[in-house]
Amino acid sequence: MSDLNQNYFEKITYRDALRLAMHDAMQEDKNIIIMGEDVANYGGAYGATKDLLKLFGKERVIDTPISEPAIVGAAVGAAMSGLRPIAELMYVDFFGMSMDQIANQLAKIRYMFGGQISAPMVLRTQGGTGRSGGAQHSQSLESWIMHTPGLFLSMPAKPNDAYHLLRHALKIDNPTIFIEHKLLYNTTGTLDKKNIGAPFGKANILRKGEDVSIISYSRMINYAEKASEILEKENISAEVIDLRTLYPLDRETIINSVKKTKRALVLSESYYTSSVPSEITSIIFENCYKVLKKPVIRYTAEDTPVPVAPNLEKNYIPTIEKIVEYTKKVCN
Amino acid sequence: MSNTLLPKLYKTMKRIRTFEERVSELFIKGESAGTMLHLSIGEELGPACVGTAMQENDTFTTHHRGHGIFVARGGDPNRMLAEIAGKKDGYCKGKGGSMHIADMKLGHLGANAIVGGGIPTVVGAAMSYKYLKEERVSVAFFGDGAMQQGILYESMNMASLWKLPVVFCCINNQYGMGTKIENAVGVKDFSKRAESFGLNTLHINDLDVESAYHKSKDIIDSARKFKPGFIEIECYRFYGHARMDKSPYRDESEESEKRKLDPISFASNQMIKNNILDEDDIKKIDDDIMIEMDKAMEFAINSPINEETEIFKDVYSENDPLPVSLDEKINKILNN
Repeated sequence: MSDLNQNYFEKITYRDALRLAMHDAMQEDKNIIIMGEDVANYGGAYGATKDLLKLFGKERVIDTPISEPAIVGAAVGAAMSGLRPIAELMYVDFFGMSMDQIANQLAKIRYMFGGQISAPMVLRTQGGTGRSGGAQHSQSLESWIMHTPGLFLSMPAKPNDAYHLLRHALKIDNPTIFIEHKLLYNTTGTLDKKNIGAPFGKANILRKGEDVSIISYSRMINYAEKASEILEKENISAEVIDLRTLYPLDRETIINSVKKTKRALVLSESYYTSSVPSEITSIIFENCYKVLKKPVIRYTAEDTPVPVAPNLEKNYIPTIEKIVEYTKKVCN
Repeated sequence: MSNTLLPKLYKTMKRIRTFEERVSELFIKGESAGTMLHLSIGEELGPACVGTAMQENDTFTTHHRGHGIFVARGGDPNRMLAEIAGKKDGYCKGKGGSMHIADMKLGHLGANAIVGGGIPTVVGAAMSYKYLKEERVSVAFFGDGAMQQGILYESMNMASLWKLPVVFCCINNQYGMGTKIENAVGVKDFSKRAESFGLNTLHINDLDVESAYHKSKDIIDSARKFKPGFIEIECYRFYGHARMDKSPYRDESEESEKRKLDPISFASNQMIKNNILDEDDIKKIDDDIMIEMDKAMEFAINSPINEETEIFKDVYSENDPLPVSLDEKINKILNN
């Protein structure tokens, strides 16, 4: 990040877009703090909070003990008492440690207490495969959050969305779970601070198409885009929809797209069963069954723990080749 | 004698007990929302002494057996009973109930039905107070069951590490639901655990509420100066775990023996013995409390129920659309 005050970046990494979002938000709102394991001195396991300690001091960028339940729990208490914490869980897999504080506390505070108070905080974490992290450091657990009323859920794929969705999450009263992807941090794109692209809760149609809708989010969006380029050469016009947020979920864009294309493939890195694609597939069936030409395909990771061996891990999640293959069959 | 707080503490304990008796009555009349009502009869000393030692702006979370603490911190019995009855006038519009009652105005950051669930909340609240330079202490109340939850020790460590204005207060009623403490812990000396985190500790194991008040106040005052503390108050849960529990796991003789250790009759006898109040004065206090709590019962029973649409409110902020009802969703699909 050469000049933090620039408004437009021709090429910025996903990581720097996030850092910039936190930086700008913290400059605007002095009640925003960052807390988590190795977020201060280390700068975050994936570098997303690098240098923020230097800029904002140890009162606002706080290294915590390795206590995931209490990191989330303390952030909840701070959010109920005047601060707006950004709590970081180093890996989404650590939801396993923190799920009581996320699902039983954070998500339900406003409701249980009759609307008296909320816990306006952002829980940042990252998931996904690609680094041979194994079964406990590579999962995609967004459906756990989506299955819990009371939480907003954002999973941006592009730097511009990473910046703007995080900025938005740091302004609203709803607790937001913000899941990044470990292999997106080094990807690049443009960032226009003045152009949010689409509001929080709205999907982006990244590519218009006529023959099939490919609906996805997070890293798989980049796969979908590449697959759609290959498909185009074979005269298949795929519409690529980047959901960006899973709560609120932009049902309308999904439904309208499939009503037009009459075919859909839902793509994600999560497990197959009871997944976000399962939910989206239901929505499509319920709303578009009259026009569907083919069954909706959920293309996800396998229903097994994540393997470490690179050759196994690579084929454990969707591949571009298979996206192309399945899409062609759906369009056949 | 003139400086004694005993009448005030007595009154608080008596109000707690009478309140809990009304909760029980509400159940018997079929007016309570459900049966998950955890009474703190026999445990009044802790809420009274710690609740009174806290200052006006201090905040707290409680466990599921938390009615008494809220009464001690100024909770309005009308709105409390209405909440327990699941009514519109309750503190949480009847949507939280006995186990999730809360009131931000009185610093009640929430009762919790997950054992230990509300403990890290006070750590975060104290982080806010320290950062915002507000002179406030946040107290987590929990039972002996939570002493066996990992989150307590994560929270104690953070409070110690960051020198937070926090007090952890364990109301040890000797039972985790039906399991006696001897069957749940290897070492019963809870203060030692807290000491090892560098917390100021206090262990109360007698019925003298006024002395307990003074000792608790020292711990809370130190916490205000960023020396976090731990208080354990030993007591006995006079009745079952929840309203339906007849305590088959313990002898009646144990119950009748332990019920003799009653902090309320102890305080009453202390006041008479030391010529602080006479029997008539005490009766007057008791009668007034009866009237107050009877009125609360009436208020709760007569409070209106919620409109059905209340289900969908308060899930997300008021600026967001309400979640769509299932009926609307299904009919939309069927009419498609």
